[in-house]
Amino acid sequence: MFSYTFQWKQAFAKLPLMLDGALVTVEIALLSMALGIVLAVALTGFRLSGNRFLVAVTAAWVEVARNTPALFQIYMAHFGIASFGVHLSPYVSLLIGITFNNAGYLSENFRGALKAIPDTQARAARSLGMSAVQAFGYVVLPQMLRIAFLPITNQMVWAILMTSLGVTVGMNFDLYGVTQDLNALTFRTFELFALAAVIFYVITKIIQIGARLIANRLFRY
Amino acid sequence: MFETALTFQDMMFLAQGAVQTLLVTAIAVVLGTALGIIFGVFRFQVGPWWAAPLTFVLDVFRSIPLLIQLVLANAFLGMVLKLKLSGFTVACGVLTLYTAAYCAEIVRGAIGAVPSTTRRAARSLGMSWRQDMAYIVLPLATRVALPSWIGLALGVMKDSALVYIVQVTELLKSTQILITRLQEPLLLLIICGAFYFVISFPIARFGGYLEKRWSND
Repeated sequence: MFSYTFQWKQAFAKLPLMLDGALVTVEIALLSMALGIVLAVALTGFRLSGNRFLVAVTAAWVEVARNTPALFQIYMAHFGIASFGVHLSPYVSLLIGITFNNAGYLSENFRGALKAIPDTQARAARSLGMSAVQAFGYVVLPQMLRIAFLPITNQMVWAILMTSLGVTVGMNFDLYGVTQDLNALTFRTFELFALAAVIFYVITKIIQIGARLIANRLFRY
Repeated sequence: MFETALTFQDMMFLAQGAVQTLLVTAIAVVLGTALGIIFGVFRFQVGPWWAAPLTFVLDVFRSIPLLIQLVLANAFLGMVLKLKLSGFTVACGVLTLYTAAYCAEIVRGAIGAVPSTTRRAARSLGMSWRQDMAYIVLPLATRVALPSWIGLALGVMKDSALVYIVQVTELLKSTQILITRLQEPLLLLIICGAFYFVISFPIARFGGYLEKRWSND
């Protein structure tokens, strides 16, 4: 059928190396999500604080994160920061770029989730003697995270997909980077990248199914 | 105080990259939306079981990094099928399917958001399926779909930054070429980012405005 001979064996022989790379990919995605959620909560707090400077910082962060390509943000985290004399490793640059992106998108999701929580709840918490921080932390935040659970899952999948961009700043031990290096050695482009695609697909499916199971367990009414 | 080696010619080079970005985006969004509407209507019409194969294929496009999709398509067409296609064609093809995968989801959701009672009322007034789709579903579903569709179109423009992998010199790639030559990463990156921002921000705002204005409450 094809004049091309598929060499799947060669690709499968490299599977352990690629799975090691997949671990790095998952690690970066998890780290960037953890940091991204913390930053997004902080940004949401900034927005609520009413302080002009903090509100401006939040607006700038969110709009830049949402209106420029993720690849641009990773370039900025690598080459942009490097022009100030700070040379970051590809791993750190990639992590900063994805975290920046995650925080921007998640903050916007949190803002939407906040609208669904009645103001009266925070006021009730305050009138029970909670401080503003306590009211946010104990009353608003848990509900906000619950409403934003699905967007958080989606962002996690995005984070996994975005790790593939690390290769542009010289990252060579995540799943995409490993695959590209192997490709340079063996020239089995189609087989290797098809295998990488399957691994990416499985990872995203695990996240989506896992998130559904967690949601079923946590959010039973 | 502020000196740069950036010349007019370099700016024209960047502009060419920007044109490539917009061209790839426009082609992918137009063709992808058309395909996405067909897929979305099909999925809604035949139900989840019969649409399962299509759903699976479209889901694959949303679960694999675009970079890998491009490399795979390029390798498959070039090495396996031995076709001589330009990188531009491959980029447009992959981005079109990528757009269609997301668009199908939006269309399906929007059709589902039209109350079935409204549609039954239309049918019981003697409208055919075609008339029901054209006069009842289309106007109502468009209101639901348009804000998300604007988001999708902007997303495709941003994701088109990845087509450099199939040798298309779009905006970000031309920026990178200039960075290598001029060694002024910050200035060049800011110019490049500003271009994306200036296009994306107002349209995104407009989408948000439509969403607010057209929401039911």
